[in-house]
Amino acid sequence: MFHIYCPHCGEYREEEEFHAKGQAHIARPLDPEACSDKEWGEYLFFRKNPRGLHHELWVHAAGCRKFFNVTRDTQTYEIKEVYKIGEQPSFVTEE
Amino acid sequence: MQKYSGFGLFKHSLNHHEDWQRAWRNPTPKKKYDVIIVGGGGHGLATAYYLAKQFGVTNVAVIEKGYLGGGNTARNTTIVRSNYLWDEAAHLYEHAMKLWEGLSQDLNYNVMFSQRGVLNLGHTLQDMRDIERRVNANRLNGVDGEVLDPKQIKEIVPHMDCSENTRYPIMGASWQPRGGVARHDAVAWGFARGADMHGVDLIQQTEVTDLIIEDGTITGVKTNRYGEIKADRVGCVVAGNSGVLAKMAGFELPLESHPLQALVSEPIKPILDTVVMSNHVHGYVSQSDKGDLVIGAGIDGYNGYGQRGSFPTIEHTVQAIVELFPIFSRVRMNRQWGGIVDTCPDACPIISETPVKNLFFNCGWGTGGFKATPGSGNVFAASLAKGEMHELAKPFSMFRFHNGALIDEHGAAGVAH
Repeated sequence: MFHIYCPHCGEYREEEEFHAKGQAHIARPLDPEACSDKEWGEYLFFRKNPRGLHHELWVHAAGCRKFFNVTRDTQTYEIKEVYKIGEQPSFVTEE
Repeated sequence: MQKYSGFGLFKHSLNHHEDWQRAWRNPTPKKKYDVIIVGGGGHGLATAYYLAKQFGVTNVAVIEKGYLGGGNTARNTTIVRSNYLWDEAAHLYEHAMKLWEGLSQDLNYNVMFSQRGVLNLGHTLQDMRDIERRVNANRLNGVDGEVLDPKQIKEIVPHMDCSENTRYPIMGASWQPRGGVARHDAVAWGFARGADMHGVDLIQQTEVTDLIIEDGTITGVKTNRYGEIKADRVGCVVAGNSGVLAKMAGFELPLESHPLQALVSEPIKPILDTVVMSNHVHGYVSQSDKGDLVIGAGIDGYNGYGQRGSFPTIEHTVQAIVELFPIFSRVRMNRQWGGIVDTCPDACPIISETPVKNLFFNCGWGTGGFKATPGSGNVFAASLAKGEMHELAKPFSMFRFHNGALIDEHGAAGVAH
């Protein structure tokens, strides 16, 4: 069971209040019409899947309903840091 | 290789079963093979078996970093069915189902395939609309299926609470009588023995550390124990490690790894002679021949490689099972475990050529690969033997994520496996 610190609520809450929403920091292509099929497919479907540190987007679904980012180890499940959207992570992932 | 039979069992009993041959050899690899299969799980071993038996390619090695069938083949809930919605998926899984039906005879190995039927319950009006649509699609594709009402369900599973007094009353179900369960370990062992019998080298405890690629064509693999081994074609069937091998080959796959957990109870007397699954309340249960209830859960929503599941997921699953079967509420659970499933965005596998010539991938089976084991191995073997994809495998190309031809099986595959 994760205890996750919600940076908006300023409190630790249990995992069940949250939803994982996948990889963080995915930028939408600025000009989608100019994308090739390969680029657009990669934007839509291709995600990092590291065994180790991973930047993730989470939402406090049963709380404040706001999104935030988490850096988490997918092997040990240790949460290294929690930071708001727009902020930069202090941990660097391998990829 | 000795053939298994009732008479053989009797003969060996006279020697206290002390002189059985080993089921497969433990060979040192040759310098070069026609085909190398990376990954000795159910799908990899099935691929090797059909390559050697059906397609006559016997100069084959299976390279496994651990032991045979030690990954998700040993961790699933053993359910077999083929009632998928879309044509492409239904054809593939039905191909597997037909192979299951003769598999024990074909392998001369009892995989304990038991066609005890699979129920997929519906608890809402939308569930029932989806079930009717899926069953009709199945029948058009030659897959057996019926829509049942609660009274008919009660006749099949008398212990299930089919009343209207539950939180999510059962409104109906789809019923695939040809579905059922098979002994998961026996499937891996049967295919391993069959492959070995036809001359395939099964190389265990050997990890592939790199792929040898020259001018965009694969020519072999590097291993930690035997150095370089050459091959004309290489097939990777490595489930959760597919991303790692794809990276060695210089491309990416749209896979994410999630923990999927299951649990078994203490053995109890026979009480459930079919498979019950529910997408809506999110759980599935069957009873093994040993007597334990085999219960499956959903995946954890986050990526993870820890072979354990989260407590909220397991609590949710057990709640669902107790809601369906109040009689199970005091059964004690014996063991709980997790496997790492490589899931695709459209809940369908990747059986595909790759940007590297003569390198093929079979992965992304996500939460439901076990049921497809013989079919997956069969079409992958056909593709490896000819160097071009089998008709049934073509729609499952990895390039569908670029051209948009996805096969959205979340309805038939999302939860229930």
